[in-house]
Amino acid sequence: MTISTTAAQRRIEDLLGSHEAQTLKRWQEISETPADELRELFLALRAAVGEGDFSDVRGLLADFSRSRARLGLPPAQTSRAVFGLKEAVYELVEADGDPEALRGYIWFSKLVDDLGLFTFETYSAAREKIIRDQAEQLLELSTPVVKLWEGIVAVPLIGTLDSARTQVVMEKLLQMLVETGSEHAVIDITGVPAVDTEVAQHLLKTVAAARLMGAECSISGISPQIAHTIVTLGIEFGDIVTKATLADALSHALQRSGVELRRESSARIAVKAERA
Amino acid sequence: MTQPRELPIAGNGDVVLVRQHVRKVAVEVGLSLVDQTKVVTAASELARNALVHAGGGRVRIEIVHNGVRQGLRLAFSDEGPGIPDVQQALTEGWSTGNGLGLGLSGSRRLMDEFELVSEPGEGTVITVTKWAR
Ligand SMILES: Nc1ncnc2c1ncn2[C@@H]1O[C@H](COP(=O)(O)OP(=O)(O)O)[C@@H](O)[C@H]1O
Ligand SMILES: [Mg+2]
Repeated sequence: MTISTTAAQRRIEDLLGSHEAQTLKRWQEISETPADELRELFLALRAAVGEGDFSDVRGLLADFSRSRARLGLPPAQTSRAVFGLKEAVYELVEADGDPEALRGYIWFSKLVDDLGLFTFETYSAAREKIIRDQAEQLLELSTPVVKLWEGIVAVPLIGTLDSARTQVVMEKLLQMLVETGSEHAVIDITGVPAVDTEVAQHLLKTVAAARLMGAECSISGISPQIAHTIVTLGIEFGDIVTKATLADALSHALQRSGVELRRESSARIAVKAERA
Repeated sequence: MTQPRELPIAGNGDVVLVRQHVRKVAVEVGLSLVDQTKVVTAASELARNALVHAGGGRVRIEIVHNGVRQGLRLAFSDEGPGIPDVQQALTEGWSTGNGLGLGLSGSRRLMDEFELVSEPGEGTVITVTKWAR
């Protein structure tokens, strides 16, 4: 790049150097972008025009478009901010009147076009990443792990289980076991319409991993039609504790942790009778 | 009545759509809740096989008649590597990937009719049917 630096390009470099404040001010007015955001870019660009190495400029532009994507500013406004520099520099060149500068401007204009496109591309990539992250967060939100009792956590699964979601559930459940120091986990599949071999495999792996961590994991809410299907498929749950309802699984886990459950309703009636 | 429909199987999202459509038609045909769940599960297995083992394919979903009985027929087809040894593939626990190896054999038991045609190098067509009782 340095080799191809012509006299025309050097004219532009000189102009940018000698009219720094003026160009920056015009650029700011045209692009409606705060001056402090543009100053760093301007200085980097001026240096790059001299040296022929634009990697710093690209780095700054990438940061610039990423932060704008995060703020939700429109993409057109973002690339217009870059294109605005062409107009500002054109005014300089016009006032200067030197044909050499005009030739330099054609080169400069192409350069800014490239940088503008680059800005637009990084902006789009940043937007896409934000959308992907949000989808992942939604996935997290739709699979809450709840604490049922001291030492007992549960994850109620609702809706279609694809492998991405089952993976998230598995990781969250194991993490929750560690965080709460729980020894019992219940996976409740009452809200799951079908369990195929892939989902079953994920469930089996989760139970195995929980066991490795010293926790007992049971599965509840297996509806009659899912039980039928699982048996027909030939999936074996081995010695995994399965319960019809979440309540059954909770009472099983409580028993295992040594909590004794007693029905007190009859006693309460007796108390009432005494008072009467 | 729902017309025969062909759905693509090119990604995980498609497997979910196939399951949903199969469920809808299964209800329409009058399958019991247990049979609906069996058909939806078999559809999930076969769609996933097409995706995982053959890189994608498609399924044709249609309502069929046999005298007074109504049924639901699913035809999965792909242009993947095919299955060289069908007996082996239908063996419980046999998997060339890291699955449970129960999808093919299990689907055969979940459905009333099961037909597998596969030519190594050409692809695989699996047609399954469930009749309403
Ligand atoms: N559509 C297909 N194309 C090619 N091979 C297949 C296809 N479906 C199944 N197979 C083969 O049959 C084997 C058994 O399938 P399956 O019982 O579903 O078990 P899994 O999918 O868990 O491996 C697979 O591992 C694969 O080698
Ligand atoms: Mg399979």
